[in-house]
Amino acid sequence: MNELRDILSQGAQMSLVLGLAPLLTGFVRKVKARLLRRRGPPLLQPYRDLIRLMRKDVVLADNASWLFRVIPYLIFAGTWVAASLVPTFGNGLLFSWTADLIAITALLGSARFFQALAGMDVGTAFGGIGSSREVMIASLAEPAMLITAFSVAMIAGSTQLPTVAEFMGSDAVGLRVSLGMAFVALTIVALAENARIPIDNPATHLELTMVHEAMVLEYSGRHLALIDLSSQLKLLLYVSLIACVFLPWGTATADASVARLALGALVYLGKLTVLGFLLAVFETAIAKMRVFRIPEFLGAALMLALLATLLRFVSGSL
Amino acid sequence: MIAVALWSVAALLALAPAGVVLSTRPRGSIILYGGCLVATSTLCVTALSDLLFFPHLAPSATLPIGLPWLGAHFRLDALSAFFLVVVNLGGAAASLFALGYSRHEDSPGRVLPFYPAYLAAMNVVVLANDAFSFLVAWEFMSLTSWAMAVSHHRDPENVRAGYVYILMASFGTLALLLAFGLLASGAGYDFDAIRASHPSAALTGTVVILVLLGAGSKAGLVPLHAWLPLAHPAAPSHVSALMSGVMTKVAVYGFVRIVFDLVPEPVWWWSMVVLLVGGPTATLGVLYALMQRDIKRVLAYSTIENIGIIFTGLGLALAFKAEGLDWVAALAFTAAMLHVFNHALFKSLLFFGAGAVLGATGERDMEKLGGLIHRMPKTAFAMLVGCVAISALPPFNGFVSEWLTFQAILLSPQLPSWGLKLVIPAVGGLLALAAAFAAACFVKLYGISFLGRPRSDVAASAHETDRFSLTAMFALAAFCLIAGILPGLFIDALAPVSKDMVGNIMPHQVGLQWLTIVPIAESRSSYNGLLVFLFAALCGTAAATAIHRLASDRLRRAPAWDCGYPDADPAIQYSASSFSQPIRRVFGSVIFGAREIGEMPPPSSPLPARLQVELHDLIWDGLYAPIAKAIGFATDRINILQFLSIRRYLTLVFVALVVLLLVVAL
Amino acid sequence: MSSLQFDIAHLLAGSLVLASFMMLYQDRLYALLNVYALHAGVLALSVGWQAYVQQAPHLYITALIALVFKAIIIPVALHRIIKRLGIHREIENVIGIGLTMMAGIGLVALSMVVMLRVTPGADALAREDLAFALSVVLLGLLIMVTRRNAVSQVVGFMSLENGLVLAATGAKGMPLVVEISVAFSVLIAFIVIGIFLFRIRERFDSVDVQALDRFRGERR
Repeated sequence: MNELRDILSQGAQMSLVLGLAPLLTGFVRKVKARLLRRRGPPLLQPYRDLIRLMRKDVVLADNASWLFRVIPYLIFAGTWVAASLVPTFGNGLLFSWTADLIAITALLGSARFFQALAGMDVGTAFGGIGSSREVMIASLAEPAMLITAFSVAMIAGSTQLPTVAEFMGSDAVGLRVSLGMAFVALTIVALAENARIPIDNPATHLELTMVHEAMVLEYSGRHLALIDLSSQLKLLLYVSLIACVFLPWGTATADASVARLALGALVYLGKLTVLGFLLAVFETAIAKMRVFRIPEFLGAALMLALLATLLRFVSGSL
Repeated sequence: MIAVALWSVAALLALAPAGVVLSTRPRGSIILYGGCLVATSTLCVTALSDLLFFPHLAPSATLPIGLPWLGAHFRLDALSAFFLVVVNLGGAAASLFALGYSRHEDSPGRVLPFYPAYLAAMNVVVLANDAFSFLVAWEFMSLTSWAMAVSHHRDPENVRAGYVYILMASFGTLALLLAFGLLASGAGYDFDAIRASHPSAALTGTVVILVLLGAGSKAGLVPLHAWLPLAHPAAPSHVSALMSGVMTKVAVYGFVRIVFDLVPEPVWWWSMVVLLVGGPTATLGVLYALMQRDIKRVLAYSTIENIGIIFTGLGLALAFKAEGLDWVAALAFTAAMLHVFNHALFKSLLFFGAGAVLGATGERDMEKLGGLIHRMPKTAFAMLVGCVAISALPPFNGFVSEWLTFQAILLSPQLPSWGLKLVIPAVGGLLALAAAFAAACFVKLYGISFLGRPRSDVAASAHETDRFSLTAMFALAAFCLIAGILPGLFIDALAPVSKDMVGNIMPHQVGLQWLTIVPIAESRSSYNGLLVFLFAALCGTAAATAIHRLASDRLRRAPAWDCGYPDADPAIQYSASSFSQPIRRVFGSVIFGAREIGEMPPPSSPLPARLQVELHDLIWDGLYAPIAKAIGFATDRINILQFLSIRRYLTLVFVALVVLLLVVAL
Repeated sequence: MSSLQFDIAHLLAGSLVLASFMMLYQDRLYALLNVYALHAGVLALSVGWQAYVQQAPHLYITALIALVFKAIIIPVALHRIIKRLGIHREIENVIGIGLTMMAGIGLVALSMVVMLRVTPGADALAREDLAFALSVVLLGLLIMVTRRNAVSQVVGFMSLENGLVLAATGAKGMPLVVEISVAFSVLIAFIVIGIFLFRIRERFDSVDVQALDRFRGERR
């Protein structure tokens, strides 16, 4: 009975993240539009966009290879598996012991590797711009993420996310300086990984100002739909990660009842709303950086994460 | 067991002179490489069965060759068995690859006699149980690989590469000679006697530094790495694979054997030195790799990066062993050994792919390749597996050893030393940076060489390689996947090695549910490669089936988006140096003094614009060039002795005689 | 003295170090002044919290001085002077931002090691606050050393003084803190005005166009 409930809970988590991801993106777009005094697209527009794209033909470049056609599925699979392993409404994920925070970061890294390869495949200059800038950003964002994971793991005593979430929710944690620094570093990394302002503009289609859009320029139809869905899933993953580590209150514990899980789901929706709103406000308030300011920005995140880790090494109460 | 091993080594040594004769016969190279394949496979199977079934037996043998009062001692303990598996798996794969690749060899007489000797020498280094056989085999290994590196002697770059190589190899052997001399001063050359002796702390400290210099230069630690990117690409591709994938591991074996086995209890500052060398090696190696356009040179620099990762793991193991935390030392040590195995696998695979491309197109320069995924699809697939594995991405094996190393770093706050407490987070940061750069480097390698459109005619008319090469590559790719999905098996196989070297083992992995691996305790962290792979595969196929059934599965082809300029030249694609330009601009300006000098002609001029990129190898300019100049200066001065008159020579003899008499008198 | 109070004290001290790093990162003059105002504000909060925790009411006055004088008056005054005298507003670094940040981390590590080794017997939590204070002092010195702009050197000096105030309040029992704070602030005011009058007069005599930055799009 327990086993069945755990399997259903994991399945519910997987469907929940898949279903909520476009809604989060739609919500962020709506809030940004309202802040700019526009009406903005409807909240459910991303769902409509995905369905429309899925129904269209795929138009492939003449010299696109088999790898180009397979990569959207690889990216989607990697991102969905990673998103299913981050606690959302409850900490009792059945398969959370298969991959810890480092493995989740590496899974997202796999997805990004293939994304960059897809940009190189067709052999135009646009893909090259996107891929080369993407690997430059990744070369700083991924170490910053890993070192933030280190500092969080050293506070919580484990790299498994449910253990971390439970520890953060308990009384043992207190307000630690390294936790504050890790939070700032994780926010900067989340902005970089999700191609948000100030790193990259998710709404632009000018190849000289974009990174992510340049890599997916040649994709169309169902492939583009999968890639869009994957980026929405990635945003949801990072927002859930920040919520479960730094805002752990209200998440259901591992052996909770169904009512408690439902309450946890409501609290989770509330956290998503708040964090999505803050993201929209931040994106509207700040301008996009020049491409070569991004490494300095991400370098600062890396240094903060390193400082947080250093403080943990040096003293147990920091 | 050890008898079988020694007979196989003898067979390899016998094939060496046979190679001289066989090189003139038409199918001689097939016979030679076939013979090597049989011998190395026998060795590999023998060593594997010894490691799995009789790890604590440690049979030894003594042969009456070598020094008359010493003989040649050989021993097959768990560490030797593991490294024999690594060496001979690489050797067997290289021999299999060479069965097909050897038809590209112009002058087989320069390669065939040395190849089996090289394999034999590496095996003897691993089997040796006394310092004399170890050093003789080590030097023989350097000489045979040097001979093969300069086999294409018409190219002046290869000649220079060979010169630098033999110089650094001699330096390494000198350092090891001094180290063994110091160790043997109390006990004699036999390893068993050295193990039983009790040298002083100052002596062991000096020995460790010398071994780091000697074995480290052979392995490719910065700043002693300068020969590696010159010599490894110069050799034929299957030999390059052996040099990068296997010989560097033999150097790691030398370090582990002396520092973990022959020398008694470690001291904490040894680990500090090893970590301070290993961390920057990893990051600098891959940054150099990002700046290169020659495929083999990229792979050689990437070897330097991985050696840095291995030495970081070994440094952590030393630190924990010195503090008595031997269960964490087992974790760090197993991570390093697993990375030894993994790197041998994927580096050999990548060099085989580079060899296949070289054989099909005659080009090593990425900027003349492109679009090979259409012309050489099977090679491209195997290379993709290699590139994903070396970038430490799940579900392949590179990720497992990196994950274990990171877990060891997370347990380091327990170390009491302040120096280590500051160095280890920095080294962890360097390792994370190296992993991210490696992914960037291999996106560049694969994307520029295999994807896109062909940038030259030779790339447009390439053909797929032969079956033997493909079999070797696919076998290694399969191993990469298996080691990534079922890492518990390999960790348990390494348990006897870690027990011998650090005194403890990781928790037993094979019995855990669903073949997870648990480094310390289940509550702390765990990873299941098999389930991650299955989940990802399931999600991907489910998405594909669902979309193809329920939505659309139609597809049509059209020209690529060209922004209104049709029939674009392949030259508008990104080239290797343009791909690495963002990273070069961010990091290269400090580390390589990278400068871009652009010349734009005035608006109505038909002159072409020029962009020039300048890179300086600061280590070469700062360390090697001054030393070379100083030696040149000193030898110029001493050279006067060549041109003295007879009277002056007589004066020298007279002065020497008088000095000796004075010494005797006083 | 509950653990939460100590944690908040550490958090505020750590935020001061974070604000020092933010000052190290800035390359525009107005942004530097704003971050300095934040720095002084965090100092005021930290001193106020120490006043509450140690029950030392005279520290409230120090906090008030920090808030009014350093977080409001001095940044506004500097802002006005910069605007009126038309000083060029981009700060040039001696070494790149990456190396500067790494040097900053090295300095923080150094001060942690020094403080935690030199005072083994003292109260554990006071030691960590002192370590943070020393980090702020060293980072202030780093700002002064690695910037080519006079205003940024003044700001660096002021942040250094903030670190000293933090150290003084963290170590309990320094009754003259209020007087020393006032004296220091007056001294700084005179230094600021003095530097400005002399340096800027020199600058105005020369051709100011040359002091303007060349187009810095491509640094290579």
